[in-house]
Amino acid sequence: MASLKDLRNRIRSVRSTQKITSAMKMVAASRLRRAQEQALAARPYTERMERMLGSLAANLRNQPNAPKLLAGTGSDQTHLLLVATSDRGLAGGFNASILREARRTLRALQRDGKTVKLFTVGRKGRDALRRDNAKLIVESLTEIGRPRLTFANAEDIAGRLVERFEAGEFDTCTVVFNRFKSAISQIVTKQQLIPFAVPEAKEKDKVDTKGAIYTFEPEESEILTELLPRNLAVQIFTALLENAASEQGARMTAMDNATRNAGEMIDRLNITYNRSRQAAITKELIEIISGAEAL
Amino acid sequence: MADKVKFELVSPEKLLLSEDVAMVVVPGGEGNFGVLPGHALLISTVRPGIIDVYADDQRNVSQRIFVSGGFAEVTPERCTVLADEALPVGEIDRAATEAEVKEAESRHAGLKDQVARATGDDKSDALAQLRAAERRLAAVQAKLDALRAAAH
Repeated sequence: MASLKDLRNRIRSVRSTQKITSAMKMVAASRLRRAQEQALAARPYTERMERMLGSLAANLRNQPNAPKLLAGTGSDQTHLLLVATSDRGLAGGFNASILREARRTLRALQRDGKTVKLFTVGRKGRDALRRDNAKLIVESLTEIGRPRLTFANAEDIAGRLVERFEAGEFDTCTVVFNRFKSAISQIVTKQQLIPFAVPEAKEKDKVDTKGAIYTFEPEESEILTELLPRNLAVQIFTALLENAASEQGARMTAMDNATRNAGEMIDRLNITYNRSRQAAITKELIEIISGAEAL
Repeated sequence: MADKVKFELVSPEKLLLSEDVAMVVVPGGEGNFGVLPGHALLISTVRPGIIDVYADDQRNVSQRIFVSGGFAEVTPERCTVLADEALPVGEIDRAATEAEVKEAESRHAGLKDQVARATGDDKSDALAQLRAAERRLAAVQAKLDALRAAAH
């Protein structure tokens, strides 16, 4: 049995761990609020961008000169997976769930005989995928959006993607990230970025054009070549924002659990400690008494 | 005219403005255009410049907002501007803008040098950077112009 001193040390160390986890929980909670606000604030832009693209793309989709970002390259041989994870760990199953989905997709695609390339955002994803699929990683970025995620971050990633796409390095691109549902629930989501899948216009959003058609200034194809990369950046921005909120939510839950577990552990250790202390006292008393009786 | 047109100005980071106005003048990619209620369907690019908002009637500008580029969608009922960056003219910081212009100019000049010297793969990289710097320069220059125009 552990000595009393060992037990005391043990309790002290668990207690300081508990302090750390509860501090991390509070930090995550405040960051979560900020990340959620940011994600919410970005929503109007995304919605309107989609609406505009919907009206544009409907006009242009089936034309032979439609931009490749919209129509695709006509092949789906090479896939690029954009795996968005966090830079920091200790966020429960946050990174693990993204990576599991990414690996599953990767295997499924490879089974179909496709070529897969990886683009990782976030240190955790890079480190994990480097272990088993190092050769597939074409690019990785870390420390994105510190201290604050801005649209420029997303534009930068979109720029890199478009560059590779235009160089013919891949045919389709899918992003894997966690969609934020609530602080305790995040959903791993796969979303196709290239070619862009135009969402069907919702009934209420449909503009009654009365048969009239849009005027485009400049021409629609020219607008599209500007709008599509921008839309890509918007999609990535949304994904990154959702991811940031999910990360904080997952961390908060994980740290809350850790704090509670530490509390339980301290209680158990305290009981053990008190019992052994009592046992030692009793033992000493018996020794003294039997010593006295022997006289 | 009693009718109003719903004007929305959004940037990627947030919804900046959403209100019913009498008229807006938007700096389109191929010239400014005014939007009144009942405007024809239009989708246009937006160049760096100032959006004039006429809230109550068509004579008095109620708000002037600088945008650094983006897109506009117009329907008979509404006008939506998706701006890259937007800032009310009154909030532009003159000194900061001048510093930005200077920085953009020096960066632009530096990149020009780089393009001249670079070869092969580096060249296309440098060219892309140069184009980005050019756009940035045009945007900050327009910001400064907006400020000068407002001062008069």
